[in-house]
Amino acid sequence: MSKRIGMEVAVAAAEAAALCRFDVAAVYPITPQSHIAEHLSDIVADGRIDAEFITVESEHSAMSCAMGAAATGARVVTATSSQGLMYMHEVLPIASAMRLPIVMAIANRAVSGPLNILNDHSDIMPQRDSGWISIFAENGQEVVDMMIQAFKIAEHRDVQLPVNVNIDGFQLTHMVEPMEMPDQAEVDKFLPPLVPYATLHPDRPVSMGTFAMNDVYTEVLKAKDQALINSKKVILQVWKEWEKLFGRKYAPIVGYKTEDAEILMLTMGSMGETAEIAVDELRARGVSVGLLKMKLWRPFPFDELRKAVRGTKTLIVMDRAVSFGGPGGPVAGEVRSALYDQRSRPAIVNEIIGLGGRDMMVEHFIDIVERATRTGEKKKKSAYEFYGVREA
Amino acid sequence: MIEIRWHGRGGQGAVTSVELLALAAIEEGKYAQGFPSFGPERRGAPVAAFNRVDDKQIKVRSGIYHPDVVIVLDEGLVGLVNVAEGLKPDGILIISTSKTRADVQKALSYKGRLGIVHGLAIARQELGVAIVNTTILGALIKATNVVKLESMVVPIENRFGRLAQKNLTAMKRAYNEVEIN
Amino acid sequence: MADAKKWPESWQEVNRGCVVFRPGSAGEYHTGSWRAQRPVWDNAKCIKCGLCYIVCPEGCISEGEDGFFSANLDYCKGCGICPHECWPRAIKMVEEG
Repeated sequence: MSKRIGMEVAVAAAEAAALCRFDVAAVYPITPQSHIAEHLSDIVADGRIDAEFITVESEHSAMSCAMGAAATGARVVTATSSQGLMYMHEVLPIASAMRLPIVMAIANRAVSGPLNILNDHSDIMPQRDSGWISIFAENGQEVVDMMIQAFKIAEHRDVQLPVNVNIDGFQLTHMVEPMEMPDQAEVDKFLPPLVPYATLHPDRPVSMGTFAMNDVYTEVLKAKDQALINSKKVILQVWKEWEKLFGRKYAPIVGYKTEDAEILMLTMGSMGETAEIAVDELRARGVSVGLLKMKLWRPFPFDELRKAVRGTKTLIVMDRAVSFGGPGGPVAGEVRSALYDQRSRPAIVNEIIGLGGRDMMVEHFIDIVERATRTGEKKKKSAYEFYGVREA
Repeated sequence: MIEIRWHGRGGQGAVTSVELLALAAIEEGKYAQGFPSFGPERRGAPVAAFNRVDDKQIKVRSGIYHPDVVIVLDEGLVGLVNVAEGLKPDGILIISTSKTRADVQKALSYKGRLGIVHGLAIARQELGVAIVNTTILGALIKATNVVKLESMVVPIENRFGRLAQKNLTAMKRAYNEVEIN
Repeated sequence: MADAKKWPESWQEVNRGCVVFRPGSAGEYHTGSWRAQRPVWDNAKCIKCGLCYIVCPEGCISEGEDGFFSANLDYCKGCGICPHECWPRAIKMVEEG
């Protein structure tokens, strides 16, 4: 039976991985992921599961070791943040190209320049093109659930792709809060043993991590793109199964008070919970506003987004990262692209908030909605705005 | 919902207290958050840590700017840090100190409700160390009833093992000895 | 650059590249206020090996003219590494206040 416990979310993420009986953890510590790394190593050192913890000397090695281990058929977990993820960047597309079902917890943290250890989404956004499945947790419960779901999704024979679970650094990782922790029997029932597609084994030699000339590279990439696209079916299946077993519902985009909303906010990660309070307060004042919480980032939920915004006049996309010199926030850029061909689509407002750990309070969300009701899209000087930035 | 801010120095156990309180509240079936001030952790540096406790789900994830309760573990922080900043007008400040009420009010220029407990003396006598984090939990509970005193037993036992009993004794003494106006 | 800028700055005022033009300005941040304990040397035991000076992570221990060592209390954070490393046990940590 699941048990209601209080636990630091980072520790809970490691506990969830332990419930999945991982075989190998190859992790390098970095704030604010460090409690995940430390607890994974405690779990292995205490012999709670039969696993190896590889004390690598860098994140690039962490991912490389994870890939090597996964290539032998091991169930592998790793975790990182920010610069660590940037350091792994070089090998991420190779992990997905090799179809290795690695699960990685990312404690989202601002990317350097200048150095900042606090929470935003600038570490995960540059990894959009890497071919990984990407999901975003909103609270401690979702962290636990998504870590376990991730293994099942990644390892499904129709998927065989790596998955990253995005956990807001400090905002979630360092928070002690209540959650229902499934028990070992429940997880064993949910998650069957890993049956890899191909493994490196001296008795059955294969080559993995191969080379492709221009005569076949395109075809390989199309196959990978399709794999990502087709994985959505499995993700929805896994989420349906999870709801049946645990009563907790997951969807690519979850709406909050969206009925007849003229304005919709779109958030990813834990800021969604704070935004819900803003929706409650605005609705109480008679403002027709709702909230969309995007939980599935890759593969991008085109159908769900288009359906969710049908009929609304204004969509305010909250980004916690910037594509410098580009379309503003990465999420808004993709949302605009997803809606471009629609016959009717809302005006899009892009607010860039919560950079480098800047606090996002209920009143900020209220202010953003009120400003959006006052100015139409046509009057805006720019497609995006750094909310609350100090001007000279 | 009650919001609590703790002031201490790195290494004095403010973050531990915050965690213990959150666990006790969750044990009671309540909802709670316990979190440190986000940033690099440095032993000795002033730190703040935070709790929210409520009977219903806590959705807000921003920082706490207007706490209902402020707890000061190290009176040396008074003057260094504006410990009473943002404290709600009907809130309470609980401080571990050997000073008198009048001295504390003067030092803080604070006229609101005050909880005074001789944390260091109690901790030294019962625990043999100058760490007051578990002691002060007793004062907090007496002042606010945020959780039941008994709910602290399991979290403290899980955290402190054979030292749990001493910590519980210190906590109970603070519960009985704190002076609240 | 002007030596006293208003803080916090607007985005137009932030130095390009976040370059800090005032060298040694970190010295104005007296981290000694963080201290809960400070190191005290017993020079009768000190053998002037200089190990405390070497291991201090703050770099705030210096050698006096007499060859003995002391910490600059403006910066000493009281981490306790110097007594930990002092093998003649000439350094003791003493509580502040």
